[in-house]
Amino acid sequence: MSELLDGLSWGLLVLGGFICVSGAIGMHRFPDFFSRMHAASVTDTLGGTLILLGLMLQIEGQYLVLVKLVLVLLFILITSPTGSHALAKAALHGGLRPKLGNKQDEQDADVLNNFGRQSSAFESEKDKE
Amino acid sequence: MKKNISLRYIISLIVVLSLIWIGNSGYFNGLLLSLGAVSVAFVVFMAYRLGIVDEESQPLSVSRRIIVYWLWLLKTLVQSNITVVKRIWQGPKAINPVVARIPTSQKTEMGQTIYANSITLTPGTTTLDIQGDTLIVYALSYDGIRYLQGGEMDRRVKRLEE
Amino acid sequence: MFLAAAIAILVAMALALLRAFMGPTLYDRILSVNVFGTKTVLFIAVLGFLMGRPEFLDIALVYALINFIAMIGVLRFFEYKQVDVVEKSADSKAATTKESEENL
Repeated sequence: MSELLDGLSWGLLVLGGFICVSGAIGMHRFPDFFSRMHAASVTDTLGGTLILLGLMLQIEGQYLVLVKLVLVLLFILITSPTGSHALAKAALHGGLRPKLGNKQDEQDADVLNNFGRQSSAFESEKDKE
Repeated sequence: MKKNISLRYIISLIVVLSLIWIGNSGYFNGLLLSLGAVSVAFVVFMAYRLGIVDEESQPLSVSRRIIVYWLWLLKTLVQSNITVVKRIWQGPKAINPVVARIPTSQKTEMGQTIYANSITLTPGTTTLDIQGDTLIVYALSYDGIRYLQGGEMDRRVKRLEE
Repeated sequence: MFLAAAIAILVAMALALLRAFMGPTLYDRILSVNVFGTKTVLFIAVLGFLMGRPEFLDIALVYALINFIAMIGVLRFFEYKQVDVVEKSADSKAATTKESEENL
């Protein structure tokens, strides 16, 4: 039984580590700020959850440690969307606009193809980076 | 009348804070318990003076179905995480960012907040803004928008309000 | 096995720090610092188990709290510091101002 738990915990830790590294790599591969934010939220939500779950299987009867791990996990899960939203809002407020893909669905009325973009001068400014 | 309502929130705040204290300290001797009691009393007093002991900070009226919703959200979270990790390894060509309006059907602000935060929590979609009843959502690809337009999450959040 | 997780988290932290140095916009930097902070919380937790001292979790908890509040504070500061710059001029000019501010 204990070996099974150990193996499960090992798997969770390795998977969590892999997802953390993936998210960090995504922060370098994605082209603009808004897509990088998604890469960051991958590591925040699933990577953190998996690593903390892996640690929870290693408590060896110290329930105080379990309580603290649960608190850390809850805190990360609650603050992560709040932080992302504040960041996206501040970036929009500061004049940053998402770089949109080119093959948008034209017939969908809800898709905003020119979101927040009046001057095309800004586009070239951002491409320069 | 108003005092009765806020008493409920004060009691729930005291219970939550005491549980956090006990969970973090783990000692049950007289000194530390009394220090905890003083801390809890101080925090409740400050919160009361700030006027934040209300429905907004402690949504007691959200139904018990929130547990089921959390489990469902966890499942969605894992699925969308896998998609985003795949896109990261496929490189920048795999993404095709879209901004779209998503209508909401929630009546209360609490419901809208839960919906918008759930959208942000699942990787691949982020709420940028709320304009009245519609959310402005940024997604890594059109699939994310199509999933939200399918309205499963919307319906589940709406059921929480009842 | 804790070592493997710790190394993975360290690599992620290094990449996040690299992104914070590279920029290019202010918000990229804030995002990377936030990711770095979350990774630090995880790293402290894993380190506690690695060294057999789970008491480190108290520090992780406090770090999580500070990280979130610091990020909101920094965002508030930059959001309202730049608000009149954006409103006065065209988008492109605001972007240039921001670029030059960062280069200081």
